[in-house]
Amino acid sequence: MAAELGQIALILALLICLAQAWFGLAGAARRRLDWMQALPSVVVGQLVFTTLAYLALTYAFITHDFSIAYVANNSNTDLPLIYRLTAVWGAHEGSLLLWSMLMAVWTLAAVWFSRNLPQVFTSRAIGILGVISAGFILFTLLTSNPFERLFPIPEQGRDLNPILQDPAMIIHPPMLYLGYLGLAIPFAFAVSSLIGLESNTTWARWTRPWATMAWVCLTLGIALGSWWAYYELGWGGWWFWDPVENASFMPWLVATALIHSLAVTEKRGAFRNWTVLLAISAFALALLGAFLVRSGVLVSVHAFATDPTRGVYILIFLASVVGGSLALYAWRAPHMPPGGGFRLVSRESFLLLNNLLLVVATAAVLLGTLYPLFLDAMGLGKISVGPPYFNAVFVPLMLPLMFFLGFGPYARWKRDQATELGSRMWPLMVAAVVFGVGGTLILGGAAGVMVLLGVVLGLWAIFSVFMEPFLRWRKRGWRGISGMPASIWGMLTAHAGVGLMALGVAGVTTFAVERDLRMVPGDSYEVAGYEFYFEGVRDRVGPNWDSVQGRFVVTRNGREVTSMYPENRVYRARPDPLAQIALHPRLRRDLYVAMGDYLGNDAWSVRIHYMPMVRFIWLGALVMGLGGVIAVLDRRYRLVSRRREQESERAARAAGGASV
Amino acid sequence: MWRYLIPLAILLVLIGFFWRGLSLDPSEVPSPLVGREAPAFALPSLHEPDRLVTNLDLAGEVTLFNVWGTWCPGCHEEHDELMRLAEEEGVRIVGLNLRDDRETAIQWLSQVGNPFEQSGFDGDGRVAIDWGVYGAPETFVLDHRGQIRHKHIGPITHQDIDNTLLPLIRGLEQEARE
Repeated sequence: MAAELGQIALILALLICLAQAWFGLAGAARRRLDWMQALPSVVVGQLVFTTLAYLALTYAFITHDFSIAYVANNSNTDLPLIYRLTAVWGAHEGSLLLWSMLMAVWTLAAVWFSRNLPQVFTSRAIGILGVISAGFILFTLLTSNPFERLFPIPEQGRDLNPILQDPAMIIHPPMLYLGYLGLAIPFAFAVSSLIGLESNTTWARWTRPWATMAWVCLTLGIALGSWWAYYELGWGGWWFWDPVENASFMPWLVATALIHSLAVTEKRGAFRNWTVLLAISAFALALLGAFLVRSGVLVSVHAFATDPTRGVYILIFLASVVGGSLALYAWRAPHMPPGGGFRLVSRESFLLLNNLLLVVATAAVLLGTLYPLFLDAMGLGKISVGPPYFNAVFVPLMLPLMFFLGFGPYARWKRDQATELGSRMWPLMVAAVVFGVGGTLILGGAAGVMVLLGVVLGLWAIFSVFMEPFLRWRKRGWRGISGMPASIWGMLTAHAGVGLMALGVAGVTTFAVERDLRMVPGDSYEVAGYEFYFEGVRDRVGPNWDSVQGRFVVTRNGREVTSMYPENRVYRARPDPLAQIALHPRLRRDLYVAMGDYLGNDAWSVRIHYMPMVRFIWLGALVMGLGGVIAVLDRRYRLVSRRREQESERAARAAGGASV
Repeated sequence: MWRYLIPLAILLVLIGFFWRGLSLDPSEVPSPLVGREAPAFALPSLHEPDRLVTNLDLAGEVTLFNVWGTWCPGCHEEHDELMRLAEEEGVRIVGLNLRDDRETAIQWLSQVGNPFEQSGFDGDGRVAIDWGVYGAPETFVLDHRGQIRHKHIGPITHQDIDNTLLPLIRGLEQEARE
């Protein structure tokens, strides 16, 4: 019964989205005030019905309704309740249902926070969001219906994929989806501004908080995914350059470029067309990611159920949405008013460099991800592109980016003197070099040039952040610091996050130690000064799994550090065992023990990692996300909307007067 | 004004590649077993645990060797097609029942029909590993000498049978007669 209700709710949601698209786009084109005013209630309807469909599926999971194929494939009577709730988005069909619901959430947020913007502009944007939502729901209904029945009804479900039965997996997918879908709003605003040829500086101001919020969600989502892969997959890596990871990373890179380019467009009116293109590309890459992950054109470790008909649908959707907006761009962009000029040494130049480096990096990742597909399509054989390519092209692009990152905030708009900028920044530069090189050599030992560069530039990024508060303090004392706008605080915080992450990456790639061992109880082994003593194993029984748990006592210089309990788990409904690793995390280093297969004669295959500074990677991402949140809270966005409110009220009165 | 068309052009090129990519299967790694003898095995039969099914049962006539399990949705999907091959086209199919529960498997076959002449019961998946099986369903086509001639990954569709499998099987049967 719940399945039918969910199905009907989803069909109704589709119709509502179509109405939203019509009222928004046609209402704006024909200046129909009544149609445009209907939009908020239509969007509420979209949220209500997509949520109903979502709850219907959740209900089926709670009540073990194995007559629904999706539930039978992803749940089990022994699965704990919390994982039954999250299993709703544990596979493709349910993920799409979550997409539809989150899309409605974003749209409603856009309606609410844009209520003071010019009505025609927002109506068009909401209409475009309606088209996108309708596309997602139609995709769900046509190719991936989560409510499809299964006959004969199985006695028992196949259980949720064990690697997804994990706390990080509860929030990683929704966060990432929020990020992907959030990019739809800058996209809709950009397209709306193309249609209306809005004066672009105001358009950029309205778009900035949305782009930043989507970017925050993407940042946190990707970081969570990386953290999960680190401790769940049991390989000790934190980034694999896997097509699915790249699919989320490319929109992030472009979104990063977008939030910087929006700053220039808002403040100086420059880069207008470029910003529009970035907004379109960011969303296009999010759609492209969905295509790559769900169509099966690429091989990935993330085994999503793939299906060519899904690929065909997403490809058609991608071609029409992105192709349509790029055609619109080709038609309208030549009519955009030109932006302001700037000199070679200016903040604009630094932001342009940032944009170029990020876009080139995106292109490099895109090329590496699609290269196997290109070759295969031209009949030139099957290859795979691995981390060596990505590291070789990506790292050299990120190092100059971090170098310029330190200068950007301190260069003046329009023009600056290179010597003046240098004289402001050189003490920090020297400090970064001294601490970076000295610190690495003393704490870590001999290291290559790239690593030293990474550490120095990481420190440079962090040190440079303190320049702004310092300059303000010198000018106006403490009031200068407390009066610093939230957007600057946010920007500086995010930049410090980049520096922290760079330190982590440099540290862990250079000084990590990994050992694959064959150990019997009583053995001990030393890794990076830590002595791992294998005491023995015991059996454990969980709700839906059985496991063998090892006990390792770790000592350092004779003093006990900790005991670690890695497991080799077998989920009863699935045949393959899964390693549950044991971690001893500290900010400075992680100890990581994974227990693999039983080798016979009491021996086990054991992997021990020593991971220095790996926490800095996720800490950096967290700090970056925090910076984004702080920036969005800036008063400026609220002040602007209040001023708009008065204007739009006046406009509404004028429009009402005319129509009477 | 042509420069404003560059982004659109890039998109169109990419879409062309993607369109082509959809009809290719990246996981279709050519099996090293194609052209070789079938790997040797001896497994208890699914229905009669006392009887053995071996690689020798695959020789003698053109045979499909199908890896399946009741737990595998793709196997449910291709089941009708296997029935058609067995009953209407008279193709001999031998099954490898992979990591399954014996009773569930027998019960399922009695409900939906049994296209297999016989099935080997591979409870721990060892034989599947020797055959280089990534997952179920996978299907091997063997000629009358017991050599592997073709490997199909994933569920068999109606088109697969009409366009690839049947022509191949008929050709191999011709070869056997000569």
